[in-house]
Amino acid sequence: MTAPSKEFMEMKQEAIQMTGAEAVIRSLLEEGVETIFGYPGGAIMPVYDALYDFKEQVRHILTRHEQGVVHAAQGYARVTGKVGVCFATSGPGATNLITGIADAMIDSTPLVCITGQVASPLLGTDAFQESDVVGISMPVTKWNYQITTPEEIPTAIAQAFYIAHSGRPGPVLLDLTKDAQFGKFDFSYKCCEKIRSYVPEFPLDKENLKNAAGLIDGAKKPFLLFGQGVILSGAERELQEFIEKAGIPAAGTLLGLSALDSDHKLHTGMLGMHGNYGPNIKTNECDVLIAVGMRFDDRVTGDVKRYARQAKVIHLEIDPSEIDKIIKADVAVLGDAKKSLRMLTRLVKKQEHKEWVNEFHQAAGIEMEKVIQRDLFPAKAGLTMGEVVRMASELTNNHSVVVADVGQNQMAAARYSKFTQTRSHISSGGLGTMGFGLPAAIGAKIGAPDREVVAFVGDGGLQMTIQELGTIAQEHLPVKVVVLNNHFLGMVRQWQQLFFEHRYSFTEMVNPDFVKIAEGFGIPGKQVTTRQELQVAMKEMIGHPGPYLLDVLVEKEDNIFPMVPSGASVSDILLSAEE
Amino acid sequence: MKEEFIISAYSENHIGLLNRITIIFTRRKVNIESLTVSESALRGISKFTIVVSEERSRVENIVKQIEKQVDVLKAYFHRNDEMIFQEIALYKVPTQALMESDLIERIVRQHNARILEITKDYTVIEKTGHKEETQELFEGLNRFGVLQFIRSGRVAITRSANERLSEFLAERDALLASIEMKSN
Repeated sequence: MTAPSKEFMEMKQEAIQMTGAEAVIRSLLEEGVETIFGYPGGAIMPVYDALYDFKEQVRHILTRHEQGVVHAAQGYARVTGKVGVCFATSGPGATNLITGIADAMIDSTPLVCITGQVASPLLGTDAFQESDVVGISMPVTKWNYQITTPEEIPTAIAQAFYIAHSGRPGPVLLDLTKDAQFGKFDFSYKCCEKIRSYVPEFPLDKENLKNAAGLIDGAKKPFLLFGQGVILSGAERELQEFIEKAGIPAAGTLLGLSALDSDHKLHTGMLGMHGNYGPNIKTNECDVLIAVGMRFDDRVTGDVKRYARQAKVIHLEIDPSEIDKIIKADVAVLGDAKKSLRMLTRLVKKQEHKEWVNEFHQAAGIEMEKVIQRDLFPAKAGLTMGEVVRMASELTNNHSVVVADVGQNQMAAARYSKFTQTRSHISSGGLGTMGFGLPAAIGAKIGAPDREVVAFVGDGGLQMTIQELGTIAQEHLPVKVVVLNNHFLGMVRQWQQLFFEHRYSFTEMVNPDFVKIAEGFGIPGKQVTTRQELQVAMKEMIGHPGPYLLDVLVEKEDNIFPMVPSGASVSDILLSAEE
Repeated sequence: MKEEFIISAYSENHIGLLNRITIIFTRRKVNIESLTVSESALRGISKFTIVVSEERSRVENIVKQIEKQVDVLKAYFHRNDEMIFQEIALYKVPTQALMESDLIERIVRQHNARILEITKDYTVIEKTGHKEETQELFEGLNRFGVLQFIRSGRVAITRSANERLSEFLAERDALLASIEMKSN
């Protein structure tokens, strides 16, 4: 085939007359969008009508609720690194997106949400299904904009994509009035390359990198914390090369998990309230703390007044507003983690800190004895969440994408899954949104069709978005859903037990038969209560070509340990309730 | 320790941005003492001047979060003594009181205020200055019964020599160009 002629290229550049609605779809195609998650309704019907002609070019996933739309788009974005695209109608459609948008905001997930809106002359009149979604979404979006004329559509969409994925990613909302969808105009498209008021990332900060390297070279007990920033900037290899050269033990935040192979010799585990013992106590023993692409969430720091006071803190971060927000940095390096780490690796001396690394191994030994053994090889008959998670991980050769809901199930999934490749752990970290798991697994499976996707959900969270089993069935998505069912809102119950004198206020649940519900959707499943059944059913689930729901009845009143009690120092991490 | 700070921000003149900025204060439950928004020396660029009484570290965080907004070009904060600032106040007094004695006229002169408009029923006086000064005049005039009083938000300018927006924009262009080169 010969290259397209100059005339043809010029013709392509030429504007073509079309409706705003068609321009929306064409703009998305220009941005390389292959998948849209959505739910139609009155105010976005012109866009849906236009979409009807593009069924071959773009896949649309109809969920069962707009919360499902946005969580699925999040799962898709997290597993692929691409922008997740959502469609919803005005009013309730748009407001139903808000929880997921807030979730994406706090977890830096790139989304472009397009909501229908009443016709512009009706704005502000309390028209049918009108809500001020621009106003409502303002605190939870990286950027938002209301489009009232078709001419604005290409530019607004181009900016939306640029803003959503560049710098520290985040959700963007475009509110599109019905008259802007109907109106005709001359369409042409140009991707956005820069916005003068927006600096997505700062150039490599060489001076501070030198200062950081100096501190690292002089450190006896350096410790590195990696967050999702490593994954977002694609710096997984750079992270590994850096810690290997400088001989630094590392631990991940909940969202940083899977950035580094779980079995890497310098991977010491997970930080935070239910993280591993070593990383928590060693935070208060290290002399240089290197934080990469993480924001010192309170679930990581515990009491900030007693957090790493003895250490010099180096913070590699893309978002200037995160510097000194929680923990004051002695050396702050602004910029993209990949570029900064690459340079830092060049600057530091090759070292090993054998004794120091060994201290982490010893801490891991204590945790193994006091916590992990009990979780993975329980003496009691009742199943633990930990053994279920570890079995799923092993049966998928630690290659699966693990999606978790929120609560005890989430912590068990994070603690006992092993990760061998990046973007393999998807969970609602910052917002802690129950109901996230099932729809996020849908998006993850669509984004990574060749990988096994296992969703761990609690009986509480499952019932918040259980209708999305319908989406799984309609799209024939081979998602494996493991319900860690304890007939309780387990994490709240755990707190009630430990901090509210066993006063189990409204946390016990009478559940439906989840297997029968799945059957109703045409999804096979099984309920298991014993170790023997579990092994067989788990193998059956993994081997099953389609979706599957495994309802595992686990210990009713088991707790997740270790635990840094709320407001305590990371040094005061508890290994059991008796402590 | 709380102290008074003047936050200045330059932004694109976009609908809704005021809301985006005030939300940052609302979220942290910080009260805005005064707020002025108007077009800057450059067309299409707005300037926000926001006065708060807060702890320095919290103000630092707020300013960074303001600057993080996509449509905000730049945000700064200053202590009062680092800026020259003014507020404007308008006072409406009954004209009759002005006629009955020369006291009001003398107060107006003493405070370097001026009379804007006189009608049969009322007289409007204008005074520019710091809040204490406009407040002092209010108290002076209120002996004669101030019918209406209004004070503006603060406008402020730095004491440092340079704050040229056009230069800043040129620097910004260079910065954005340098990032592009690196990522390519």
